[in-house]
Amino acid sequence: MSTEISNPLALIAELTHRCPLHCVYCSNPLELQNRASELSTEIWTRVFHEAAELGVMQADLTGGEPLARTDILELIRAARTAGVYVNLITSGMPLDEARLAKLLDAGLDHLQLSFQGAREETANEISGTKAHAQKLRVLEWLKQVRVAVTLNFVIHRNNIDQIEQMLALTESSSATRVEFANVQYYGWAFANRERLLPTRAQLDRSIEILKSAQERLRGKIRIEYVVPDYYAKYPKPCMGGWGRKLMLITPTGEALPCHAAQIIPELRFDNVKDHSLREIWETSAAFQKFRGEDWMQAPCKTCDRREQDFGGCRCQALLLSGDPSATDPVCSLAPTRNKVDAILAAVNNAPPAETLTKPNWLYRINPPSSSALSPSLVVADEN
Amino acid sequence: MTPDLQSHPRVAPGCRLGENNQQRVLLMPERALRLNGPSLEIVERCDGNRTVQQIITELQQIYSKAEPKKVESDILDYLARLNDQRAIDFE
Ligand SMILES: C[S@@+](CC[C@H](N)C(=O)[O-])C[C@H]1O[C@@H](n2cnc3c(N)ncnc32)[C@H](O)[C@@H]1O
Ligand code: SF4
Ligand code: SF4
Repeated sequence: MSTEISNPLALIAELTHRCPLHCVYCSNPLELQNRASELSTEIWTRVFHEAAELGVMQADLTGGEPLARTDILELIRAARTAGVYVNLITSGMPLDEARLAKLLDAGLDHLQLSFQGAREETANEISGTKAHAQKLRVLEWLKQVRVAVTLNFVIHRNNIDQIEQMLALTESSSATRVEFANVQYYGWAFANRERLLPTRAQLDRSIEILKSAQERLRGKIRIEYVVPDYYAKYPKPCMGGWGRKLMLITPTGEALPCHAAQIIPELRFDNVKDHSLREIWETSAAFQKFRGEDWMQAPCKTCDRREQDFGGCRCQALLLSGDPSATDPVCSLAPTRNKVDAILAAVNNAPPAETLTKPNWLYRINPPSSSALSPSLVVADEN
Repeated sequence: MTPDLQSHPRVAPGCRLGENNQQRVLLMPERALRLNGPSLEIVERCDGNRTVQQIITELQQIYSKAEPKKVESDILDYLARLNDQRAIDFE
């Protein structure tokens, strides 16, 4: 029996891979695409209209840094005209007060500003740039306008002890929502994994702080918290299930079922330049591959939780077990859970002295301007 | 928290009514709430002009067959929930 296909609810539009920051956990792929290969304004406009027709309610304009697109106002207008709710996921650079006003005029509904820490030194170290002061300015400008604001903090070992300060920063802003998203380990984050994973004690403390903050700030600020799934008993329902709710378009127009899907070697992706969004959603081999349950192996195949978590993350299964169809190794029932436990043991048993020396980060680089320099070569050099 | 009857509920910045598959929805950051019958009647009245009390009175008229006390408590619960989700503010 074939799997019934529901319509996608959100479109993640990665407008560019260019970015002035170099976050060590960046979820972008190691192979970054350059400016010359980016989709045009016209194609994105068509994509937004096709998305709305498919039933998509929300578009996330993201990247890379979406504000690096000089046509960002046209893109916001196009998405809004198509009828979707427009989220801008941004580092806040390059932005000034006048440009912010124009983003809102163009129809922006919600601005999500990411922070790399609550303290300037940490934030600058993690992003490999001096971006923190600019973000604080953006927060002030945001107080003057009527727009939904979310602050996003990506949490890891080096900033998890700053959660109280992050909450204070949020409370002093006009944000009504804040995300504490523990690093998800793919892209650049996977390369820096051992330096980013918090210890069990750090994690437990952070959960306690956030639980009481949730109570205290109820009705004022909505707190969303994503725990690192390496510490969880069961995996997350990655992307709400493969090909069930979300569709991601890369800067060059490849349609992916999730951020990291391109690391799975056997998948073939369709491009929005060649196909309509509906065609891709309904027939693209990459979307069909892990839809439903036919692809599942034991223990997922017969597990009661399979409709809740869909067997977890396919990319994590590949990264940790070598097989993208395997049970996500973070699952306590997975035959490969020992790999995750070994990583956690290394993190939790590390001598405390380790925190005194500066970690040797692998920084996210920028897409090459010519195709001669392959970013993956740089990675090999630094490792 | 029980909403103050004299406060003016208003859809929060960045939240707005939309439509999806012929269904009215309340769009907000990274989510959407389906609105049917009474929930739509309530949200449409969160305009910053009406008080909570006025919304209750208007809905008691629309749903005149329902127990007025029940209408009131349902509305108060729903408004509190919308406020928790940061979809409305009380002004
Ligand atoms: C890849 S960024 C692109 C948009 C913009 N440059 C920014 O950083 O806000 C999209 C969002 O994912 C978050 N993020 C990046 N890498 C992540 C990771 N490995 N795990 C969880 N969240 C991550 C960022 O903080 C940001 O909120
Ligand atoms: S490097 Fe940082 S700011 Fe740039 S895209 Fe990645 S997460 Fe966003
Ligand atoms: S065995 Fe599979 S379906 Fe069951 S909890 Fe683990 S990942 Fe989820």
